[in-house]
Amino acid sequence: MRGGRRDGRTAAMRRIWGMMYRHIALYRRSWPRLLELTYWPILQLCVWGFTASFIASRANGGAVLAAGSLLIGGVLLWEVALRSQMGVAVSFLEEIWSRNLGHVFVSPLRPWELIAALLGMSLLRMLTGVLPAIGLAWLLYAFNLFAIGPVVVLLFANLIIMGWWVALGVVSLILRHGAGAEALAWSVLFGFTPFSAVYYPVSVLPAAMRPVALALPSSHVFEGMRAAMLHGEIAWTQLGWAAGLNAAWTVAAALLFARQFRGARQRGALLNIGE
Amino acid sequence: MSIIAVRDLSKQYRETLAVDRISFAVGAGQTVGLLGGNGAGKTTTIAMLLGLLIPTAGTIHVLGHDMATDRFAALARMNFSSPYVALPHRLTVAENLRVYAHLYDVPAPERRIAELAGELDLAALLDRQAGTLSAGQKTRVALAKSLINRPDVLLLDEPTASLDPDTGDLVRGWIERYRAESGCAILLASHNMAEVERLCGHVLVMKQGRVVDEGSPASLLDRYGRADLEEVFLDIARDRRRAEAAA
Repeated sequence: MRGGRRDGRTAAMRRIWGMMYRHIALYRRSWPRLLELTYWPILQLCVWGFTASFIASRANGGAVLAAGSLLIGGVLLWEVALRSQMGVAVSFLEEIWSRNLGHVFVSPLRPWELIAALLGMSLLRMLTGVLPAIGLAWLLYAFNLFAIGPVVVLLFANLIIMGWWVALGVVSLILRHGAGAEALAWSVLFGFTPFSAVYYPVSVLPAAMRPVALALPSSHVFEGMRAAMLHGEIAWTQLGWAAGLNAAWTVAAALLFARQFRGARQRGALLNIGE
Repeated sequence: MSIIAVRDLSKQYRETLAVDRISFAVGAGQTVGLLGGNGAGKTTTIAMLLGLLIPTAGTIHVLGHDMATDRFAALARMNFSSPYVALPHRLTVAENLRVYAHLYDVPAPERRIAELAGELDLAALLDRQAGTLSAGQKTRVALAKSLINRPDVLLLDEPTASLDPDTGDLVRGWIERYRAESGCAILLASHNMAEVERLCGHVLVMKQGRVVDEGSPASLLDRYGRADLEEVFLDIARDRRRAEAAA
């Protein structure tokens, strides 16, 4: 083999880094893209944070203050899932918009390496978007998300993973339907919001909606957040459900992706997927 | 031994048979041309060779690897250039080449990029965004990308489409030089008959998904009694010989 090419893990890591470098180089040069990452989390935080402040100023009592904190905590944590999902889907769309997929898929990059790169970019995009909002929540509303303790890492992890499998589903639909499915990259997870019990407990939902809510890891994560914020408890059962559901949904999304990727190779869609 | 070995390859899309049981081989240091009109099956054939498209039937072996089961081993030693597949416009030329140097696990990528910049006269373009380049400059960059891993197999889909004669000639010169220096096997799909005549030692003429004739450019000219490949192409595309015989 010419040029001393290596095999195995090092080469795989390099290919993953190559795909991440492609996106980092893009962000380094494009301030609108960087601004977009922080714009929505901060906007959401401001709207709901000032709403919570207003309600707290009009009504006295610990319950109202706690409700305000839950609202801000919900906004920040839900942004973790939203940004993680968009991070994967939009990074994939960048390849379609630049008509670069043909070159990417004829390189030795394996599909799982592409996904790993998209997940890596999603993590960077999410942190770039959400960390400033968390800092702003502390400055504007004296709300410290990390005050609930190390459990916040588990809440973050479950929501990130949920964002990832939803995104994998969106990417699968883009592989199947091309640009026609593009709008889902921005909108799909918003549709999960009512069922995710972000701002209220699952018990508030009508009975018919509860099974749907309980099938989503996010509803268990937010129950866990409320347990931590209101009672200082770690709701292991809820976190266990969230992790288990995430594992099941991830397997389902991976199977869907594998099926749609193969379908795209059968239809020849990898060369003209943007059309 | 053949570097590319294609046997009874077919691709069916619903009602359309895009490629119909074609077989051919490309040896080391050989350039084979795929000639044919629009929709003849050239791009479909190249897409199957690259693993972008799963064949309906038949086998493809590249560098001894079965593309159905072991394509990544071959892809590391292959590359591809087409004016219809772009590079990210917002990235600079150097960044684009760096991305592909990583994807192909190229050792000492900066040195390789500098080499290619020298060979393809890209040094002044390295810091420019790919989207700001002219068609000729983009083609040179695409060629640099396709040579980044010093491929043993190069698939070129209309590499000089939309280029002025000067740039087209330079690109053909680089392709010839690379093949001579590296012993690379090249499959070239083109509508430019002069290009095929200059670069290819063997030509496959495709029509409606089938290889309807093949041979060296000289043997095709002899067989059809024509002065250039364009006339041969028209004979085949329009069934002119049959029409002339009937007349």
